[in-house]
Amino acid sequence: MSEQGHIDPTEQELLSFRVGEQEYSVDIMSVREIRGWTRATPLPHSAAHVRGVINLRGTVLPIIDLARQLGIPVAEPTERNVIIVVHVHDQTLGLLVDAVSDILSIPQGDMQPPPDMAEDASHGFIKALTIIEGRMLRILDLDAVQPGHETEAA
Amino acid sequence: MRAPDPMAEIRASFFVECEELLESLQDGLTAMEGGASDSETINVCFRAVHSIKGGAGAFGLDDLVRFAHRYETVMDEMRAGRLSADAEAMRLFFRAADVLFDLVRAARDGTSLDEADIEATLSELEGLTGGSPKPEGEAEAVEFTPMTLSLDLPGLDISPDEAAAAPGWDISFKPERELFVTGNEPRHLLAALSEVGPLETRCDTSAVPPLWDLDPEENYLSWSMRLAADVDRERVAEIFDFVDGVCRLDISRCSSDVAGATACADRLSPDPTSARPDPEPEPATVPIAEPSAPTPVAAAGQTSPAPASPPEEPAKPKQTVRVDLDRIDRMVNLVGELVINQAMLTQSVAEMGIPANSPVSHGLEEFMQLTRDIQDSVMMIRAQPVKSLFQRMARIVREASASVDKRVRLVTDGEATEVDKTVIERLSDPLTHMVRNAVDHGLESRDKRVAAGKPDEGVVRLSAAHRSGRVIIEVSDDGAGINRPKVKQIAEEKGLIASGLQLSDSEIDNLLFLPGFSTASKVSDLSGRGVGMDVVRSSIQSLGGRIAISSEPGRGTTLQISLPLTLAVLDGMVVRVAGETIVVPLGSIVETLTLAGSEIRHLGPRTSVIHIRDSFVPLLDLGAELGYRTPLGQYDSSVVLLIAKEDGSRSALIVDEIQEQRQVVIKGLQESYGHVPGIAAATILGDGQVALILDPVDLMARASGATRAAADLTIIPGREPSAEESLHAG
Repeated sequence: MSEQGHIDPTEQELLSFRVGEQEYSVDIMSVREIRGWTRATPLPHSAAHVRGVINLRGTVLPIIDLARQLGIPVAEPTERNVIIVVHVHDQTLGLLVDAVSDILSIPQGDMQPPPDMAEDASHGFIKALTIIEGRMLRILDLDAVQPGHETEAA
Repeated sequence: MRAPDPMAEIRASFFVECEELLESLQDGLTAMEGGASDSETINVCFRAVHSIKGGAGAFGLDDLVRFAHRYETVMDEMRAGRLSADAEAMRLFFRAADVLFDLVRAARDGTSLDEADIEATLSELEGLTGGSPKPEGEAEAVEFTPMTLSLDLPGLDISPDEAAAAPGWDISFKPERELFVTGNEPRHLLAALSEVGPLETRCDTSAVPPLWDLDPEENYLSWSMRLAADVDRERVAEIFDFVDGVCRLDISRCSSDVAGATACADRLSPDPTSARPDPEPEPATVPIAEPSAPTPVAAAGQTSPAPASPPEEPAKPKQTVRVDLDRIDRMVNLVGELVINQAMLTQSVAEMGIPANSPVSHGLEEFMQLTRDIQDSVMMIRAQPVKSLFQRMARIVREASASVDKRVRLVTDGEATEVDKTVIERLSDPLTHMVRNAVDHGLESRDKRVAAGKPDEGVVRLSAAHRSGRVIIEVSDDGAGINRPKVKQIAEEKGLIASGLQLSDSEIDNLLFLPGFSTASKVSDLSGRGVGMDVVRSSIQSLGGRIAISSEPGRGTTLQISLPLTLAVLDGMVVRVAGETIVVPLGSIVETLTLAGSEIRHLGPRTSVIHIRDSFVPLLDLGAELGYRTPLGQYDSSVVLLIAKEDGSRSALIVDEIQEQRQVVIKGLQESYGHVPGIAAATILGDGQVALILDPVDLMARASGATRAAADLTIIPGREPSAEESLHAG
């Protein structure tokens, strides 16, 4: 979708998406596919942001509700919600978001580490921040959203 | 013969064959230990060692050849009846088998072993025959002369007879037409022979016909040679291994003993026609040397020569194909997909309202049957008997008992029980640990045993069996049992439990599974290094298994492992609870029933039991236990699954509805998500939805038993994680 014919090595391609009113993005290289929301089978004794598991062509895919994890108030998911299937550290998982917006190329130099605001629920999940067309774009730290990362609720 | 790269594959298959041969050696030795002293059993062992030696020779694995040779030499004494299979001999035979195993491993991995150890074993082994009388009958001596000779090992105690014989061999070699057809070349063979030592060669051309009678494809030449080399017979014979059966070959010792010379010559197959005399029932095997003939000794000599198989040919009962495990795994996965796909198809056909007697439904039914058959067959490919695992344990017992000076007999049961290959592989370490523990901690010292009025030889029993869709493996000893006061005291001293607790016997026994627990007051070589039963337990759990311990003072301890049969499919009952679909493993369900309100008795403030067949069974609300809902509190006419643990303890699970009974493909949750309490795995149902597979025992262990909402507890409804708070509060 990028207008340029080549990829600038100093630029990072990001897939941006909406969670509630906020705009996030992930490195496009970690994205495997984007699919519509299907009801997930809830896992007993799991953390609130773990929606459960769905069947992704024969494999069991855990679904992380990003809104819940990031503390963003949203309504229950509908068919209009989207699951972004990402691959992190040999693990595949689905991120439940509201909508996918765009693919962006951001120069590495334009990315800034987030200010330390421990009070915020999203603290620890944001790797970097950048400004695009006057909007702030958050770059998600996929390592932090992996299910094994935080201590299991049980 | 070094092994260059193209040889790597052949070499690898040699080592696989070695494994099989070592297994049959173990089998034979075990049978002999059990009193089977017939010549066939001894022959099996002998052949196994001999074949390993033959193969090792071909690959230039000198250490292995040397050891195998000396081992079979001693074994040959037993075969000849000059050595009896008494306990001491068997002990040494087993030990030598272990060393042989190590040597094979060392050769395979390119490592080396401690020469001193090997030599010690050998000299002890050869000590058995050191004092044996001289061979009696000439025929006997003749038959076994090549084996007992070991001139490459000077200083070895061998019969003076053979030692006196002149070093060297008379070889007569006449290639048959087939030798040339198969692309062999006598010149290379002669050249190879001349590398062994000084060779005198004489070509006999007397049979060459006049030119007009000469068949250009026939061979009329024969050679007689004298090899002046101080080597054993096998060294000579192996050169002709590849032409075995396509030539006339006589190898005899240069000796004045004419009878001996001709008799020796009969060892290798002399004639291609007589080498394949009677077709054996198994077409895959080559007729085997000195086969079932119960009197090889008497038959040997000048009369009928016994056809010999080349040393590399192992006695294989069945023809097998070696397949990369990855390929099987892929197939297992594909079949799994097929099963899911078939279920989806069935469901959509049902939804279309197609009548049950239509061709589509019939076809689908057959399809289902076929899918199931394919699945079973694929699973069978992966299944292996636990025998190889048990044999490894036999060795552990031998070594462990020797190092703590205890006499231990290992009794195995159910060796033919088949288990998934991966399970077997991953079971080796925990089982080794358990067996060592049984020898080291389980059994008392010899004095204590005698003082307790027990035989001084302890028994460790290893058994495997299929029980209700799982594999049960037990390690038990007839030792003193768990010293419970001591266990409790140690746990208290180590701060693992608070002191002064009142614990039941089984609770104390289970303390052994706590990390960092070790009961032996002194740390021995074998066990008690702190990595203990907790490691065993976690490795068993990672296989979807469970471990239980039971003990009776003075009578012994039993450790029981229960494992899933396969890691791929499961027969389950599909139930609905709190709007979710759950699969309950069929094997754990004892019965299903519908509750009458009067059967429910309140136990604690929140817990209930049902009275069924004269026993009280705790009532568990599955929906509540999984945190899907708060306890309903009203279970009149509910559907209940009665589930049982391996130890027989039962629980009644309340579900909303039983849907069907079906086979499901297990999809691990562990890799993609992590452990979920009370849940063993997941599966995909016909509608494409993921359903969770219950782990009933884990659920029972964690169960709160809450069947009524307590008024003083705040329970947040729904599936929020806070619901679990209420579970654990119970």
